[in-house]
Amino acid sequence: MVIETGSIQERIRAVEAADSALALVQAVRSLAMAKDPAAIPTLITVLGFNNPGAAVMAVDGLVGLGAAAVPALLEQIDGYNYGARAWAIRALALIGDLRALEILVDTARGDFALSVRRAAAKGLGALRWQDMASGEIAPAQASVQAALLMASADPEWVVRYAAVVGLAGLATALGANIPESDNGGTLVTCAASTLAVANPEASITTCLEALQQRAIADEEILVRARAQRAIDLLTVG
Amino acid sequence: MTMVEGAMPSESLTVEQAIANLNQTDDPSLRYYAAWWLGRFRVSQPAAIAALVTALDDEADRSPDGGYPLRRNAARALGKLQDPSVGLALIQCLDCPDYYVREAAAQALGDLGDRTCIEALQAKLVGGVEAAVPVPGKPHLVEPYGAILETLGMLKATTAIAAIRPFLRHSVPAVQNSAARALYQLTGEEQYAEQLVTVLQSPTLQLRRSALMDLGAVGYLPAAEAIAATLAENSLKLIALKGLLDQHLTAPEGQPPVLSDRVIAVMDLMDELL
Repeated sequence: MVIETGSIQERIRAVEAADSALALVQAVRSLAMAKDPAAIPTLITVLGFNNPGAAVMAVDGLVGLGAAAVPALLEQIDGYNYGARAWAIRALALIGDLRALEILVDTARGDFALSVRRAAAKGLGALRWQDMASGEIAPAQASVQAALLMASADPEWVVRYAAVVGLAGLATALGANIPESDNGGTLVTCAASTLAVANPEASITTCLEALQQRAIADEEILVRARAQRAIDLLTVG
Repeated sequence: MTMVEGAMPSESLTVEQAIANLNQTDDPSLRYYAAWWLGRFRVSQPAAIAALVTALDDEADRSPDGGYPLRRNAARALGKLQDPSVGLALIQCLDCPDYYVREAAAQALGDLGDRTCIEALQAKLVGGVEAAVPVPGKPHLVEPYGAILETLGMLKATTAIAAIRPFLRHSVPAVQNSAARALYQLTGEEQYAEQLVTVLQSPTLQLRRSALMDLGAVGYLPAAEAIAATLAENSLKLIALKGLLDQHLTAPEGQPPVLSDRVIAVMDLMDELL
């Protein structure tokens, strides 16, 4: 066991000195647990090591640091190391920072690796819209919705599953009234309903229609089930 | 299974080209690729099936160790294409001198759900664990026991239970996994599935991966939390959890699927892994 103490410099040195895959995982875990912004460059370097265990720990650490890690992650996206880029997108998806909006939209629509499309689709449903200037929200949400609708028809089931999760998140963020369900259920109004969106009712209807389409017609019963779960949560019966 | 990253073909074919490539004999690599392609894209038309069955007898494409690469690919493709007429041809492949052809054929017969092969598969278990030894100089045993055991489980071959049970103590851990998986399918006894859950704690990543796939294949729902927590790729955990749920989800005609609390709990685990 690695003792989870030491200064941030000592923990960084332990990552640099790790001489086995397991030692690296443990050193990165220790560095991630420090929750110190000084760890960010090292955690990002680890994303390029082709060591999945260490990368998972580094993503956890970066997500724990939240907005502070976003600029460095966005720089990483421009790099050439494909593996590191995929992990960086995954971290950005989990942080939900709006500066990642464009890269998440692009990734959900077209990345060749399904695990990255999957992470981006989920992340698009969990963006922190409250941080955005109100005038910018409507067009941004429109592009998020378009990307999620595309992902909801992805050939891979797991991307469609993630798109269902993303669509449910977007519909919740849009927040306004949802049409009454057939069983006479009441409507969900969420805290985000104060957001200035051009036509939230129409957007929510579009999200719900896409979810209903998945619930009824997806070729995988699991995707149908997840879509039905999302509909149940969005329309309190 | 289509979860392979970046698995799109580097060269796109049409169905007609693929079948023509498989039927020509000048270029073995074109034939090999065409056989894979027809399986990957689920081309089950009669001309494709006929070409693949013919390829099971190929003598031209030989690997340096005497194997039959084209036959292997043809058998794998036929497993995916679900044409019931190919059972006998695949059963004959169980006697091919190439181990990997025998393995592919055993797996394909399981995919096909063809119970006429049960007797031939059980015959491979005669001699028990004592006979299930490595081939000198090769990375495999004398028979593809993993595939044989798993297929017997999938085909509900309850007559094989007594012959399978000793393989729980085979020296190769992967064979133990296959035996546990088959015995759970054949008996419904939880002890066998729990043995696979224990493997999720193995120090060997390859064994953890194989236990994930086994638990998904047998649909053992109590394993969900252990699957989500094991040290392996999220993609594999998601496939395993999907396997669990696929066998517990039902949808009445024209209705959405029925959601129990247990199903919802497993979907919550999956959401975290996306």
